[in-house]
Amino acid sequence: MRPRPSPARNPYWRFLVAGIRGQSAYPLATLAGLVANATFGLLKGGIMGAAVASSGGELAGYTAATMAAFVWLGQGMLGSVNLSGRSDLQTRIKSGDVAVDFLRPVSVQAAHILTDVGKGLFALLPRGLPSVVIGVLVSGMALPPDAAAYALGLASLVIGITVSHATMYALATSGFWLVETRGVSVLYMALSGFFTGLFTPIYLFPDWLLTLALLTPFPSMMQFPIDVLSGQVSGAAAWQHLGVQLVWLAVVLAVGHLTTRAGRRRLEVQGG
Amino acid sequence: MNVIKTEGLTRVFTGRPNRKDRFRRPRHVAVDRLDLIVEAGESVGYIGANGAGKSTTIKMLVGILVPTSGAVTTVGLHPLKQRRALARRIGVVFGQRSQLWWDLPVRESFSILAAIHSLPAADERTRTAELVEMLEMGEFLSTPVRQLSLGQRMRAEVAAALLHRPELVILDEPTIGLDVLSKQRLREFLVAQRREHGTTLLLTTHDMGDVERLCDRILVVDHGSLAFDGTLDGLARTVGARRELVVDLATASGDLVDLDGAEHVRSESDGLRQRLAFDPQRTTAARVLAAVSERVEVLDLSITEPDIEDVVREIYRATRR
Repeated sequence: MRPRPSPARNPYWRFLVAGIRGQSAYPLATLAGLVANATFGLLKGGIMGAAVASSGGELAGYTAATMAAFVWLGQGMLGSVNLSGRSDLQTRIKSGDVAVDFLRPVSVQAAHILTDVGKGLFALLPRGLPSVVIGVLVSGMALPPDAAAYALGLASLVIGITVSHATMYALATSGFWLVETRGVSVLYMALSGFFTGLFTPIYLFPDWLLTLALLTPFPSMMQFPIDVLSGQVSGAAAWQHLGVQLVWLAVVLAVGHLTTRAGRRRLEVQGG
Repeated sequence: MNVIKTEGLTRVFTGRPNRKDRFRRPRHVAVDRLDLIVEAGESVGYIGANGAGKSTTIKMLVGILVPTSGAVTTVGLHPLKQRRALARRIGVVFGQRSQLWWDLPVRESFSILAAIHSLPAADERTRTAELVEMLEMGEFLSTPVRQLSLGQRMRAEVAAALLHRPELVILDEPTIGLDVLSKQRLREFLVAQRREHGTTLLLTTHDMGDVERLCDRILVVDHGSLAFDGTLDGLARTVGARRELVVDLATASGDLVDLDGAEHVRSESDGLRQRLAFDPQRTTAARVLAAVSERVEVLDLSITEPDIEDVVREIYRATRR
C-alpha cells in the first residue's frame, strides 16, 4: 500500500500555509488592526444601536442583540476579507514580478487566492476572535443558537473570505490590460463598503439598491456569513445563503481563470 | 537534442501614438527573425548592449512573452501552450526579481518549491543539503528572505531555480551587484552543476568574467539579431579582448614602449602612471610586470579586464561595417 501523501507535499496546501505564516510575521500590524477594529466597532455599535432603539427596538428584522452581532462579527472579519481593493497580484503585474509566478508548474490563480485566503484565515485569530469577545463583553451580542449554526456559520465565513479574495484576484487581472489599476481598486473599495454590509446591513437599503447589491458577489463576502453566524437566518435560509455564496465563488473563479488565460498573452514584462 | 530552437523568432513592441503623429503607433523591433539552436549540455553566454533584445528573447523562450511571429520550442515544448510542463524542466533566475517568499525563512521557500515541483521528501532532503553546502547557505537558512544581503539572496535564488534539477537553466544577470567573492562562488557552483548533471546553461550578463569562466559559446545580439555566434577564443580573435596593466611608478619615466608582449596605451601624470595593453592568450600579467620592473620601479599596479560593453561595441562596429 502506498503511504498517503502528506499535505506538506501538496503545493496548494503550502500556499495556504505560506499565507498564514507570512501574515503571522507582522504581529504589531495585526495589533494595530485590532485596535482600529475595536474603536470603529464601538462607534458603529453606538450608531446602529441607536438606530434600532429609535425605531422601537426592531429595525429591518434586527433587534439590539442581533444588530450588535452584525457590528462585531463584521468588525471581526475586516482583517480577513478584502475590502481595500488592493492585492499582491496588482503590484506583481505592475512590477513584472508576476513573471516568476508563471514560471511555476502550478495554477497562478489558485496560488494567489490560496495565499490571500491563508492570510485572511490567520487574521481571524488575532483580529477576528478578539473583536467578537469585545462585542460579547460590551454589547451582549447575539451568538449562534446551536452547534449547527456554528458549523454552517464557519463554513459560510470561509467561503466568504474565499469569495472576496477570488473576486479581488479576477479584478486584479485587469492589470494585464490596464497595468495601472488604482482606479479599479477605488471602485472596488467604494462598492465593497456598501454592498458587503460594512457600513450598514444591506437589508436597510431601499429595494432597488438591495436588488443591485444582490446582483454582485459582495454580500457573499460578509453580509451572508454574518447572517448565518448571528443566527439571523437559519435552517433552509442559511443553506440558501451558502448556496448563493458557492455560486458566486464559481462565477468569480471562472472569470479569473479566463482573464488569466487571456491576460497572460498580453503581458509585457518590462526590463530584466 | 535541441534544448532551445527558434525559427524566425520576432517580437515587435508597439507604443502609444505620440503627439506629432497621432495615427501611427511607434514600433520597436526588439527581436528580429532570430534563428537559434542550443544543444543539450552547452553553456551559452548571451550578451549585448542594454535594449539589444536579450531579455525579450529569454521571456519568449520561457513563455512569459508572446512572440509577434516565428516559432520557439524550449526543451522540445511550446512555451505558451505547455507552460506547466516547461516549468518543471527549466530553472530561471531573473537577477532583479525574487522567487523566494519574502516573509519566510529561506528554508521554507525551498520546501515550498520542492512541493511545487513534486520532489519526493527524501529527494528534497538530499538536494537541499547539497545546495546548502555548495552555496554555503547554512548560516542564513533560518533567516527571513527580506533580511538577507544581496549576495546571500542571489545564492538562495540560484539554489531555488536549481532545486528540481532542471535540464535547462536560464540566468538573467545572475551576478549583478555581487562582490568578487560572491561572484566567484556562484560561478564555481554553476560549473560544478554542469559537470555533474549535464545542465544546459544560458546566461545574459554584463560581466566578462561570467562569460570567460562559464561559457563555451557566446552569442552577441544587436538590434534583436545575432551579431556573433562562436567561442570565446573566436570572440577574442574578432575583437582582440586585451587586458590592461596599469602601473604606478616611483619616478616619472618616459613611455614604456617596446616591451615584450605588451603595448603602451598612454601615460598619465607625466609618466608616473602608464597603461599597457596585453593579450592574455599570448602572455601573462606577471611577465609584463617583470619586463616593466627591469626598467623602472613599480609602486602599485592594477589590471583591468575588457568591459563587456567594449567587446560588444567592437563586435557591433565589425558587423555593421
